[in-house]
Amino acid sequence: MEHETTQTHAHGSVKSYVTGFALSIVLTIIPIVLVLSHALAGKPLIVTIVLLAVLQFLIQLFFFMHVREGEQPRYNVMALILGCVIVFTIVAGSMWIMSFNAAVQ
Amino acid sequence: MLTKLKDFASTFFVTGDPLIYGADVAIVLTTIAIVFVLTYFKKWTWLWKEWLTSVDHKKIGIMYLIASLLMLFRGGVDALLMRTQLALPNIQFLQADHYNEIFTTHGTIMILFMAMPMMFALFNIVVPLQLGARDVAYPFLNALSFWLFFFGAMLFNLSFVIGGSPDAGWLSYPPLSEMSHSPGVGENFYIWGIQISGIGSLATGINFLVTILKMRAPGMKLMNMPLFSWSVLSTSVMIIFAFPILTITLALLFVDRFLGAHFFTMTAGGNPMMYVNLIWMWGHPEVYIVVIPAFGIYSEIVSTFSKKKIFGYKSMVFSMMIISVLSFFTWVHHFFTMGAGADVNTFFAISTMAIGIPTGVKIFNWLFTMFRGRIQLKQPMLWTLAFIPCFVVGGATGVMLAVAPADYQYHNSYFLIAHFHQVLIGGVVFGYLAGIYYWWPKMFGFKLDEKLGKWAFWTWNIGFYVCFMPQYALGFMGMTRRVYTYGWDMGWAPLNLVSSIGAFLMGIGFIFQVWQISYSIKYGERDTTGDPWNARTLEWSIPSPAPMYNFATVPHVSEQDAWWAEKQAREAGKRAAAAPALEPIHMPKNSGIPIIMAAFWFVAGFGFVFSWIWMAVAGLLGVAACLLARSFQYDTDYYIPVDEIKRTEASFGRGI
Repeated sequence: MEHETTQTHAHGSVKSYVTGFALSIVLTIIPIVLVLSHALAGKPLIVTIVLLAVLQFLIQLFFFMHVREGEQPRYNVMALILGCVIVFTIVAGSMWIMSFNAAVQ
Repeated sequence: MLTKLKDFASTFFVTGDPLIYGADVAIVLTTIAIVFVLTYFKKWTWLWKEWLTSVDHKKIGIMYLIASLLMLFRGGVDALLMRTQLALPNIQFLQADHYNEIFTTHGTIMILFMAMPMMFALFNIVVPLQLGARDVAYPFLNALSFWLFFFGAMLFNLSFVIGGSPDAGWLSYPPLSEMSHSPGVGENFYIWGIQISGIGSLATGINFLVTILKMRAPGMKLMNMPLFSWSVLSTSVMIIFAFPILTITLALLFVDRFLGAHFFTMTAGGNPMMYVNLIWMWGHPEVYIVVIPAFGIYSEIVSTFSKKKIFGYKSMVFSMMIISVLSFFTWVHHFFTMGAGADVNTFFAISTMAIGIPTGVKIFNWLFTMFRGRIQLKQPMLWTLAFIPCFVVGGATGVMLAVAPADYQYHNSYFLIAHFHQVLIGGVVFGYLAGIYYWWPKMFGFKLDEKLGKWAFWTWNIGFYVCFMPQYALGFMGMTRRVYTYGWDMGWAPLNLVSSIGAFLMGIGFIFQVWQISYSIKYGERDTTGDPWNARTLEWSIPSPAPMYNFATVPHVSEQDAWWAEKQAREAGKRAAAAPALEPIHMPKNSGIPIIMAAFWFVAGFGFVFSWIWMAVAGLLGVAACLLARSFQYDTDYYIPVDEIKRTEASFGRGI
């Protein structure tokens, strides 16, 4: 059943997959090097890592998740918005909840 | 050599407890019996070809159902062991550490290995049939999901006789679940059992979301879709967003245990409360994941057995979708007492209470559907009627717990235990049982016996109230959860004894159901019409049990309750039974890869549990090999010829 549909519309090329993979690897190695070499510390380190993570998220979205493809991008957009809302809730919510904990300690 | 082997065996196998030796013997005897029966009746090929490699959603659903009933049995035995231990003060039936293991496995099994698969069983059996589809969107992935769940559950259950059970509670809070406090392999079993079955759950969520969005019969708009399918859509959205959080949280815990990291440790910058925060971000949606499909089931049943269209269809849809989004904004109410500050607690108290609004809307809709309906008190309807008052009380005590300052009093007391059992048994279990009774004829072609069913219904229900109402009071009297015994001076003895009696009544109810099923296999009323309840949705338009291709011709839908409308039109003589030309049906081929791949996951999981890297690597290599093998498989589908469809339909008495 799925087989037919995979042949009718393309799901990216080898080139785009390899590019996405290479970029993801590079964006993963940079933070590891930053941490291991102690090049940055504290706030700047965390901000850099978060920025690189967001960048990698976007790369995966475009190179692997095919957000631009499909006949009905409406579903994609809806799912993305909901996903972003939930990610925001997880991150901001955890920071808010834990900030009091940190203040007490 | 021999002494080495002896040493290994004494740590590898769980020893010392007569209950567990008994279980060892039972496991060996059951395995021998199964192997003997399969060999004697030459059923191995049949088992492999018809079931283990099947990608048919109906068969996968039945396998889910069998597995979940077995897990219900094990979780139920755990519950009865605990209630025996607590029946009277100072009983020495279970030791403290054994009691810890039992409440841990009871909770984990009931939620993750009983409720989830029972829910997936109904998804699989019902959703494609309700939508007028021939299978789910990804049949191969569906089989893989089932086997991942199955092997995950087996890995978890294995801890009972090998290595030792987890004992840090059903959510394995650190620091108790860290190496510092639980150096054994029990917690590893917990992590890997859940991780492996969790991949399957996530895949099922994706599968059913796509099925519902893409595979509906021509003409069926989303707003014409039966409410059970809507509830599955709502649940799938929650699964897709919630399960990754669980996977990450448990992965971090495993990194702590396996590689000595410090995400959740007490020292070196770790923060155990972060685990609690993260796990409840999955845990709270999880309880709605299991209850929303039950709401869908009640909606179908109330409408069918009141002979009325559901009251407030649109408000039902909106309330389910609102609940699925709101569920991500209430998690802190599970740990108000962490003391995150008044502003945090207030926010989450209010968001929790807000959930009561859409839920209340649903309760009123069910009541108004029944109002002036022609109610038939068949078994599915009985369970639905029992659910409503039970869930209302459970919801009300939930709102009490949502009051953050008051929660400091209720937190982790038996009041909480009574509350969540009331919503989980009264809401989820009653709902799934109602669904099983309702769709049983569609699965197997016969009804379950009414008389035995009524015995089961009443023992379950009376047992429920006898068991859990005293626990509310015990909570107020100061009894906290997870205590393994108590003294006479606490004054808890009478109510605990009553509660234990209730638990055993529910156990008797379960025995009645087993009896009911075995009796009905032989004597149950056969369903020759395909529509035994005079129901409203498309699954009842086809024969029972459904033929493997479901619909000989794909139905065209133009309104809600499509099958009811069709029946009305036929009765009024407006429309003859449609007989469009048959075409060969495109179907997916069976595949052995799902079960083999899941077995490799099991091997990898077992290796990680005991830190045997060679075994973990071997398992993961096997998984990779299966992925590769599947990627290069092109011959995955076939066509059922028209002659064969005609023969099958004729065998159901439906000439086309």
